[in-house]
This record gives sequence, C-alpha cells and structure tokens, in this order.
Amino acid sequence: MSPLNSSKPDNAGPRTWWRALEERAGDPAFQELLHNEFPSQVEAIADPVARRTFLKLMGASLALGGFTGCTLQPSEKIVPYVRQPEELIPGRPLFFATAMALGGVAIGLLVESHEGRPTKIEGNPLHPGSLGATDAFAQAAVLGLYDPDRSQTLTNLGDIRPWSAFLGELRAALAAQQPLKGAGVRILTESVSSPTLAAQIRDVLSRFPSAKWHRWDPASGEQARAGARLAFGEYVGVRYRFDRADVILALDSDFLGCGPGSVRYARDFAERRRPGQAGRMNRLYALDSMPSSTGARADHRLPVRPSEVEGLARRIAAAIGVGGVEQATGSSAGGQTTSDQTARWINAVAKDLQAHRGSSLVVAGDEQPAAVHAVAHAMNAALGNAGSTVIYTDPVEAEPADQLASLGDLVNDMNAGAVDLLVIIGGNPVYTAPADVPFGAALSKVRLRVHLGLYDDETSALCHWQIPETHFLEAWSDARAYDGTASIVQPLIAPLYNGKSAHELLAAFTDRPERSGYDIVRDYWNARAADLKIGGGDGAAAPKPGAGFSAAFESAWRRWLHDGLIPGTALSARTVAVRGPIPSTSIATMIAGAAGPRGAAGGTAPPPADGALEIVFRSDPSVLDGRFANNGWLQELPKPITKLTWDNAVLVSPKTAEMLKVGGVPSMQGGEHGQIVSDVVELRYRGRSVKGAAFVVPGHPDGCATVHLGYGRTRAGQVGSGTGFNANALRTSDAMSFGPGLQIARTGERYSLACTQYHHLMEGRGQVRAITRDEFVRNPSALKEGDQTPPKTLTLYPEHKYEGHKWGMTIDVNACIGCNACVVGCQSENNIPVVGKAQVLAGREMHWLRIDTYYRGPVDNPETYFQPVPCMQCENAPCEVVCPVGATVHSDEGLNDMVYNRCVGTRYCSNNCPYKVRRFNFLLYQDWTTPSLKLGRNPDVTVRSRGVMEKCTYCVQRINEAKIDAEKEERPLKDGDIKTACQQVCPADAIVFGDLNDPGSRVAQLQREVRNYALLAELNTRPRTTYLAVVRNVNPELGE
Amino acid sequence: MAEGLVPNEDPGQAVAASGGPPVIAPGYTFGSVTDKISAIVLTRGTPLGWWLGFLLAFALVNVLLVSITYLLVKGVGIWGIDIPVGWGFAIVNFVWWIGIGHAGTLISAILLLLKQTWRTSINRFAEAMTLFAVSCAGLFPLIHMGRPWLAYWMVPYPNTMGVWPQFRSPLVWDVFAVSTYATVSLMFWFVGLIPDLATLRDRSPSRAGRVIYGMLAMGWRGSARHWHRYEIAYLLLAGLATPLVVSVHTVVSFDFAIAIVPGWHTTIFPPYFVAGAIYSGFAMVLTLAIPIRAIYGLEDFITMRHLQNMAKVMLVTGLIVAYGYLVEAFIAWYSGDRFERFVPFNRVTGPYALFYAALILCNVVIPQALWLKRVRNSVPVLFVIAIIVNVGMWLERFIIVVTSLHRDFLTSSWGMYSPTFWDWATFVGTIGLFLALLFLFLRFLPMISIAEMRAILPEAKVEEGR
Repeated sequence: MSPLNSSKPDNAGPRTWWRALEERAGDPAFQELLHNEFPSQVEAIADPVARRTFLKLMGASLALGGFTGCTLQPSEKIVPYVRQPEELIPGRPLFFATAMALGGVAIGLLVESHEGRPTKIEGNPLHPGSLGATDAFAQAAVLGLYDPDRSQTLTNLGDIRPWSAFLGELRAALAAQQPLKGAGVRILTESVSSPTLAAQIRDVLSRFPSAKWHRWDPASGEQARAGARLAFGEYVGVRYRFDRADVILALDSDFLGCGPGSVRYARDFAERRRPGQAGRMNRLYALDSMPSSTGARADHRLPVRPSEVEGLARRIAAAIGVGGVEQATGSSAGGQTTSDQTARWINAVAKDLQAHRGSSLVVAGDEQPAAVHAVAHAMNAALGNAGSTVIYTDPVEAEPADQLASLGDLVNDMNAGAVDLLVIIGGNPVYTAPADVPFGAALSKVRLRVHLGLYDDETSALCHWQIPETHFLEAWSDARAYDGTASIVQPLIAPLYNGKSAHELLAAFTDRPERSGYDIVRDYWNARAADLKIGGGDGAAAPKPGAGFSAAFESAWRRWLHDGLIPGTALSARTVAVRGPIPSTSIATMIAGAAGPRGAAGGTAPPPADGALEIVFRSDPSVLDGRFANNGWLQELPKPITKLTWDNAVLVSPKTAEMLKVGGVPSMQGGEHGQIVSDVVELRYRGRSVKGAAFVVPGHPDGCATVHLGYGRTRAGQVGSGTGFNANALRTSDAMSFGPGLQIARTGERYSLACTQYHHLMEGRGQVRAITRDEFVRNPSALKEGDQTPPKTLTLYPEHKYEGHKWGMTIDVNACIGCNACVVGCQSENNIPVVGKAQVLAGREMHWLRIDTYYRGPVDNPETYFQPVPCMQCENAPCEVVCPVGATVHSDEGLNDMVYNRCVGTRYCSNNCPYKVRRFNFLLYQDWTTPSLKLGRNPDVTVRSRGVMEKCTYCVQRINEAKIDAEKEERPLKDGDIKTACQQVCPADAIVFGDLNDPGSRVAQLQREVRNYALLAELNTRPRTTYLAVVRNVNPELGE
Repeated sequence: MAEGLVPNEDPGQAVAASGGPPVIAPGYTFGSVTDKISAIVLTRGTPLGWWLGFLLAFALVNVLLVSITYLLVKGVGIWGIDIPVGWGFAIVNFVWWIGIGHAGTLISAILLLLKQTWRTSINRFAEAMTLFAVSCAGLFPLIHMGRPWLAYWMVPYPNTMGVWPQFRSPLVWDVFAVSTYATVSLMFWFVGLIPDLATLRDRSPSRAGRVIYGMLAMGWRGSARHWHRYEIAYLLLAGLATPLVVSVHTVVSFDFAIAIVPGWHTTIFPPYFVAGAIYSGFAMVLTLAIPIRAIYGLEDFITMRHLQNMAKVMLVTGLIVAYGYLVEAFIAWYSGDRFERFVPFNRVTGPYALFYAALILCNVVIPQALWLKRVRNSVPVLFVIAIIVNVGMWLERFIIVVTSLHRDFLTSSWGMYSPTFWDWATFVGTIGLFLALLFLFLRFLPMISIAEMRAILPEAKVEEGR
C-alpha cells in the first residue's frame, strides 16, 4: 500500500484505525454505516473494554465448561536446562547493571533477575545519580515492562504487518526523498542524552541534509534550559552540590522530589541535615507554590503564587547586590504578598545567603520561567557559588533545543504540507502538545507517519505505522546521568513482543537496516574508545566501526556493563559568565507581549484578569506527563501531600476554596481513608474549559489553582484510560507552567476522589516530634517531654528471649522527603496487588508501607511532616494475642510473622493494631490470570489470595537469604548485609534496618540517640520500628 | 400427673400476693388446657395467615442463601468493611442475635430455679426463640471470615500438623461459649418437650404424626419413675444453663474488652453486655408474644401478668444498660487517657452522632415510659416499645463496633464504614431465617408447655396429708 492511499480516510473502509478516528470526530454518517453493517456488534466493537469483557466471559465459560468433568490437575513437566547457562542457579537471582532515562537524564540501576526475568529494580550504588537509591518511577518500571496493554505487534492502520513490510515502505519513502535531500523528512524525539542515538540521528541528518530533527519532551526541564541560555547565552548543564551548601534558597523548586538528579540531591541534602552533627546542618528557604516535598522539608517556607516568584527572586537578588535584576515592568508580580512579613522574610534570606558566600545555593524550579533561572544563576554568581555549590558543564542532553519552538516549527511545516515522512520516536505528542499547538490536526497532513512507542496511544491512533518500542529493560542503549556520566543500558530480557528500539528504527534509515541495537551501541563506543583512553599503550587510531574489537575494548566493555557506568564520562566543570541584565518575563509582559500562541493559529485573546485566579500546571508526581498513566503501581500511589490516587484534581488553598464555595467531604463509605466527595468545577481559561474535582490543600497559595498533567487520557490502556481530566486541554504555549485569567465555576456535580489520608492533624497524639536546632543543642531531652512509656513488666506474658538476632528499624522523619520510592519498592518486592480506584474508595488499598503526612501550625502555611509507617513489629504485639488460629506469631528474632496459609481472615488483628498497618484481601485482588504479570512477581514472596491478612515482614525473604549466605560462608552476618526493600531505595537514607542485639549496628546506635521515639509508646506495644524526631534549623531572626 | 412440677406455692396465692392479673385465666381443667394447646398443632388446621407469614419468611431465607452464596463466591469485600473498620454488620448482628437468645435461657432456667411460676406459659417459645436466635448468631462468625471453609481451625482437634488454636484469643473462647450455649439450650428445650411430644403422639390423628412424635417422645409413658427422672434432669439442665446466661455474653464482650481499641477496652463490658442481652431478649419475647397470643387466642395463657412482668424486667435491665453508658463515659473521662476521652466525644459529635442519639432515645429515654402502670397495661404500647428496644440494642452494637474502630489511635488511618446492599441482605436474611424457624415451630410443636401449664392449675394442687 502506498502512503498516499493509506492517508485517505474516505477510502479506508471498515478498518479499526479509521473507525477510531471517525468516532473521535463523531461522524454521524460513519456511525450509521457501522450500525447498518454490524448492528449487533456496534457496542462491542466501539468499546474495547466491553469487547475484552466479552472475550473474558467466553473464555471463562469455556474453561468452566471444560472443568466440569475433570478433577485432576493437568500434569506439567519441568524441563531441566540442556545446557546450564553460566552463573545461573535456579532460585538464585542475578543482578545486572543498566540505566533508565527520564526526560533525557539517566539513573543507574541494578536489576534483579530471576531465571531471566527482571523482577525488582534497585539503584546502582556506583552510579553518581543513584548511589543505590531510585525514584518511584524506576521502581515501577518492572510493571511497565510486563504491562499487558503494551503495544505488542507492528501494525499498519491496525493490521498486523511484518517488520519487512514496514522496512519496504520506509525505504521507498526515503528513496523518494533522496533527490530532495530529505526535505520532507522529520524526526521527532524526546530529549536525547544517549550518545549513540544522537550519533545515529546526526548520521541520518548527514544522509538527508535537509531533513530536520525536532524534540518534544514534556518531562525535561524546558525552562531550565532556556534560563541557562538567557543567563549565559548558551545552553549549559547545571548541577548542584547540596553536600557543600549551608544555606539553600529554592525558588519554587522541588529539587528533592523531581527533576534530573533529584535522587542524588536528596541524598546530599539529607546528609547535611543529620542533627547528630548540628553544626553541619544546612538551612533551606523555599518560595513554594503547590506544596512540594522540598517545601515540606524547608525550614522556612513562603507560599506564593508562581507568578510572584520572579518579583520576589529579583528583590532578594537586589538585596544581595546583584545588578540588572530590577523589575523591568511595574507589574503587580510580587506585589500581593508584599507585607511586612514578606519583607522581613526577604531580608533574612538575603542576609543568610550573604553570610554564606560560596556555600549558599539558589535553585530555581523547572516550572519557573527562564528569567527566574537566570536570576538564580546571577545570584549564585554574585554569591560566589559558581564552581562551589553549583557546577556548570556542557549540557547533558545531546544538542539541546527550544523544544516548544521545535514542536511549533514542526506543526507549521506539517500544516504547510512540507512533511512527507514523520518518524516519532517515543513520546505521545498528540496528547502532550499544548492546546494551542494543533499537533494532532497537523499530523494528518503528513503523508507517511510512523510512531515508535511503548503503547498504542493517542499518537499511534493518528499514525500509519505503530511500531512496538522495546522497554529499556529489553534493549541495548546508552544514556547520560545528571552529571553526564554515561551508562550502557543493557537488556535484562529478550523483547517480549518483538519490539524495536530507537536505535534499530534509525538503523532502517541507513544501508544496514537490520543491525541490532547491541552492534550499534558497541560500535559507537568502540569508535569512542580512543577518547576514553582504552587500549592505552598501543596508541592506535580509533578503530573503525564494525572492525572487530580489541581485547582492551572487550575488557573495558565488560567492566562498563558490570559497573553500570563508563568511567571518565562525567562532564567537567567549566566557567560561564552571566551576561547583562535579565529581561522580565512577568505575567503582565507575557500576556501583553504574546503575539498569539507560538507556532499555530487558533489562539484567543486572554480574558481580563480582574478577580480571576491563576492556573498552575504541574507534571503529576505519579504519572508525570501521562507516560506512566497505565502503570497501576503509580496510579495507586498516594501522591505526596494530597494523598490522592487514580485522579488529578483542581488543587486550591483553603481560603480560595472558601471563596469559591468548593471543597470535599469524606463519604460515609471509606471516609477520610478512602473517599472524598468533591465539588466538580469548571475551569475556564482563555476560551477553553475542562471539568475537574476540587480538592483543598493546606499551604497552597491563595488565588491560584494547581492542576496536574498526565490524566484524562483516552488511549492509555485498561488502567490509565479515563482517569482524571486532561489539563493539557487548557495549556497554551505561551503559559506552559502558569498563567492568569482562570475562572472557576461550580457545576453542582459531585465526584468521588480516592484519597488515602484526609485527616492530617495529629490531634495531640504525638505522631511526629519536632524541635528547633537551637533547642536541640541546648536541651535535647525536650524531645522526651510527655513520654509515657510504661514499665516493661506491665504485661501478663513472659518476655521474649532473643539469643540470635533481634531485628529493628529506625525511620528518620527528619530525613524523609515523602518521595514514595519506598512505597513502590515495597510493592514490587512483596508482590503487593493493585486494587483499583473503587477499592481505594472503599478504604482498602494494600500498601504495606504508607507515608502519613501531618500538618502543624496555621492552615495557610503549615509545617508538613512525612512519616513512613510500616509494621512496627511490636514486642508486645496486640495482633498476636487476638488471632484465634495463631496465624500471626512472634518469631525468635522478634518479627511478627504472618502465616498466610494459616490465616482464616477474622481481621481481629487489624482491628487491634493501633498503627493500622495490616492489609486485608477483601476480594481476590491479585491478578492470577494475566500471563505477563506472572513473570514480574518476586518468586521469594508468597502471592496472597483472597481472605488473607498481610503486612510488612521486614522483607523476611531478604533476611533469610542473607542468613543462609552467611551460614554457607561460615561467617557471622554483618551490619548492612540485609537491606529491606524500602531502605534500599530510599534516596534520603531515612530508613535503617539491622540487628538490635549487635550494639555496634547502625540501627542500635540510632535507637540510642536522643531523637529516637516510638509511635504510641504509651500503649506498651514496645514497637521495634522507631522514629527519629525532626530537628528544624530555624533562622532565629524569623523564628518559627 | 399430680406429681408433675408442683410449685411449692399456691398459684392462687401467687396471684393474690402480686395483686395483678392471674398467670392463667380461671376455669381451665387439665383436659381443656391440653385440648387448647395441642389443637393448634393437631386439629385446627393451618391458618392462611401462617402460610403468608411463613412464605414471607421463607423468601427472606432465600435472600440469605443468595447473599451467602455470593459471599462465598466473591469474598467479604462485598460488604462495607474496610481498614480501619474490619468488623461491620456481621459482628453487630452476631452480638445482637446472641443477646436476643438470652431471654429464653433466663426465663427457662433462672426463673425456674427462682420458682417464678409465671414463666411457665412463655418459656417454651422463649427457649425456641433462643435456639433460633443462636442459629442466626452462629452463622455470622462463620461467614464473616475471609476463608470460611477453614472455620474448623478454630476448634481444637488433634491433627498431624500439631497446630492448635491460639487460646489467648477471645474468638476461640467464643467458639466454646457459643457452642456450649447452643448445645445446652437445645438439650434443655428438648427435654422439656418430651412429655408434650408424648401427648401429641397420643392425640395425633394421623399415622405420620404418631410415628414422628412417637420417635421424638422417646418412649415416654408418663410413669411416676419417668416423671421423677425427668424432673431431676430438667433441674440439672436448668442449673447447667444458669451460668451460661452470664458466661456467654461475658465471653462475647471479651471479644471487645480484650482488645486495646479505645471504646472496646473496658472492664464494664461483661455485666453491661449481659444486662443488654437480657434487655434485648425480653424485648424480643414481647415482640413475638404479643402477636402470637392475639392470633392464636392465647390471652388466657399468656396474660397481662406476663406482659407486665416482662416489661418490668426490661425496665430494670434497661436502667442497668443506661448506667453502663454513663459509667463508660465517666471512666473514659476519669482515666485521663486522650484516646479514651476521645471516644465518647466522637460518639456524640462525630459522623455517627445521629446513630448515637437514636441509640440513647431507643434504649434509655423511651423505655422510661414503662414506669407508668398505664403503659405496662397497654398491649399496643408495649409492642411498640419492645420493637424500639430491639432497634436500640442493635444500634448499641453498631455504635460499639463501628465508632470505636473508625477513629482509633493514628489520625492518619481514620476512616468510615457504611453497609452495602449485601450487608443489609444478609441481616434481613437472618431475620427471615429466624421467623421461618419460628413459624415451623408454632405449626408443629406445642408453643406452650402443656405439662407445666397443667401443673399450675388449681386442680394440680395436692392437699397435704390427704
């Protein structure tokens, strides 16, 4: 089929692909045709879910019909390996180093593999971006790999086609472009840091000099990039050294919670906040809009609307003597909060920053406009921080670009009919493009469009060819970390669905279209061998690609794969100078200066801003820009601060909610631990509108509403489709992060939000203890005031004896940033099921480890604390006494063991657990049938069935594995041999596990610290998970 | 016959002494009493009302069967329970039904030992009510389990695994308490039935009746030796049943009192639960007795004297329950414990405040009307109050189970509970089961003890030294 034919909808006939498109358009003629042709199948065909249900029912009835006459289990034969693979011992996992790139920035990983199946992801301790920890997204990647909704077959207009058919069509199109030098060829990628991929694209561009490479990646720091260019006149890589910073000012930046390097930053930041070394404690000031992890950890947080940040940042800059930052226009930015208090705040911050020249740090947030980044750079320069706490390098990304302009140019070209062949490598631009950039509409003017993607998503629906992309755990590649360190991405498993990697797709543009990803990556690095000083003495010129590999390269290659990074590839520091005054991008100029939305028609004039609110767009903390929308672990992950799952919401401050008369109330079903029935509001913004449920967030600045992107997807898959609302529909290219003129109107409708914690007040129950640093130094025992720990003898039962080990855990509330990595890590390690929104609404989510969030202080700017709560493994466990069948028993190492196959499910233990950490399988939550999900489970942990109680086990499987290993090697267990899953992934090193019988172990030392306290100690449960109190490094000038 | 269960006091004197209505209307003889009671079973035929009532109850039994089937297929998640409220309607209903059963045992055993002759005409169906209520109650702990097919693990039985129940758990004590109670109640009821079964055997017009009643009568011939042994056995069983009246609900209250949940962890629970059980039990006996005596024309046997006495028992036990509420709140405040103090506060002002207000209204305020003789003499008013007390006692169990759990220690885990359709269906289904069993009992067995009624007739009085 020629591309010309295939792009004509009218001739397309009853193809699935066109049917979907027509339905999007709601074409009545087509509907009629469908009804006439297949009247009985209309609903089933139109609704993929119903069709699936139909198939399921058919399958189930067949299976049931078949089972009626049979009682014997079918016999299954186990076939042993004919040839045993090297190092593979059945039952023993192997670990392989690889890396996961997000927004073009990689984090190094170690992946646990059981008999060739990756099951659990850990951070790579050698990797500078990880140091052994990861974020929640990396933890959830295993589920992403085994997602049954992934694009599984190469399709052309919905028909399954072989790779060769695609190659034929592509090469014909390329041949047609050859005389035009590729003038009609466009490649659209996400941010690329892979050196190999960049080299391949350059190679393609050299073959087709008139072809263009566009980039669009909503997850990469667009504004940070622009800010660096604004400040320095060129794209510059920025990385921070929080380990050297004494005073930090965050300008609406969530450097702990998201963005490149955040995992490393969280570690460095936490290391400087150990109250044991009170003199080294850093101090964090945060101008914060939507309450973030960073704002929660700040010693002084000032809630401001995003538009106010620039004005305040300029004032602070001026106060510390930075020139050329005065507000260019007399706009109101910053004006609203200019009270005495704000002035005092600014002065104190400026003074503190100046007092720590060279060891202070100003960080601007990704959602802030370029000017704020530039001001931050100027401040860092003026404070002498450049080269000390902030390091400038070449950009990590290969050939950074103004992505918004890049996308706009592409749309213009497409609209002009100049694009004959568009290859979209990764990403979902049809969904993620701003509302005023009609990417989807323009796309249909391209004659041949190819989408390489993990999912058959919104973009695939408008493309001729959908090529299933390999997951990063399935393919060879490479990527750079936040500091430029390159890693080889090595696959853990053969592609599940014959997918192709970006490298393999780009190889199709060359003379050798069938080259494997492995060869491409290896050839690239072999060619770079000389730069990396491999092969040392022989001094030979760089080997030609494909020309055999030297022994030195082979050995280096093995080392790279083993270590998970290529040494010497970190980008070196360079000096750059801030250029001239920084032009203002205040909202006023943004609106006034905007000559209509960039790149496309259809923009409307903004409404007058009087009485209106400000809208704030943020990437979702769980599903990001929507790329993780079909990942159940992430969808069900309670978002930091709001604790919402499965939905985004219109987040407003309590005062704004009161003004708008919107909000939510706990339902009688589920209540505060499940279901919040909220007012649905209509957001009207620049002539566009969407509806979403309102949700009140204490500490949110007044006068603005935050909406998270990544929801309202229509083709995400069974899990992600139809969750939340699409905030992209409001987002315009001139106000990507925030903008004025939002109107919020009540609709009178109600919507149930699944929220796992709605009550955030401690009610004087002492869950979190906090003290200021000065008081901690003066009188640390103030933390123990009001302690009511009963005497140990206050129990009827004899004390447990621990002759061997006695496990314990401490969790440093002072370090926790609430990033949720531990929650997903626990879910992945322990085969914890996803229950779905309806069950979360009913108060039945299954997480063994939850992060409680508590507020203290005024509702418009409270102190926020994160408290991870796993099982406390009580010494006098209330659960053990009440179980009628002895299904939860005390082990001789102090664990409250849960015996799943003995549990009859009375739930008495959960009722009697004061910490409510027990989770019950009210229904059959585990998916027993989907084959791909079976591969991803941890074989060391029982998969629980319906009617059984479960809870945190301190990762008893890891304890036993380490004990067996130690016994085999005839050595005692060392402190640190065992790491629980939550401990291992924690970026802030907040969780420490170990043997309390060993007085030298870290956990035993921490439990002797004065900050150590037990949750609800007055109940005499004597929990062995204890907490370390918060010490806040308050500036005495500002006070608490 | 004259030796049968002779009360030591003269029934006529008893009537005179209390000054109220008699326990049996005058003018009856041995023969007429026997005729009147046995006729209901043997000769009067099945009234249309019985059929309507039974079919309605049977329909509800089917609702129960459907509910349980669906429950077994899907799991307890079809109910509204969640974390933190792990127990919901199932346990509320369990405690409620067990409580209702108590009146039967109290009437038959304790009042027998206390020689309260007025118990005679209500003890048979009160005992039957006990059995049926315990059947309904016993269902709930079974089906509320996550894996009910493993319920036998709660029973200590020797097994190759060497695993025993965990004897520190009150749920295991429950197994013993409830099963003992059910067994003794059944024995007591059946032994009491034997002379009457023999009467039915002798009078049954049909061969099937003679065979079935004959087998059940176990060869009773009414000889003096039979009567002698029968009376000893009956008294012994009464003695056995007496401590059970106290122990069963005490053990049931331990399910809560042993736990550390604020609102459950209370030493007052055992006496307060027992009083509540008797309270609700008598309310249920009244609820049943009033329509039955009207429909079957038994006003002569179940007289105003019975109704008044039961009203008085309700008044007393109701006051004990009210005292329980008061002391519970006082001790919560007096303890100084912030979690305990929060419980009464939350009950009064929290999301379940309406339920708590309704509970106080039903259990404490309205029953105070029973102080008035006029109210105790009015059958319709008694009936309404009895039903209100039944509702109130159900609400009490709901308040105890749900409001204690839904907001316990950590504020982060506070939640709510509300019943689903299946919660209600199961509950209504057990009411259906209870009524269906009761209808069968009324139709096929003498609802009033013929032998004992005969014994309280003046005719039965034996003149000393005659």
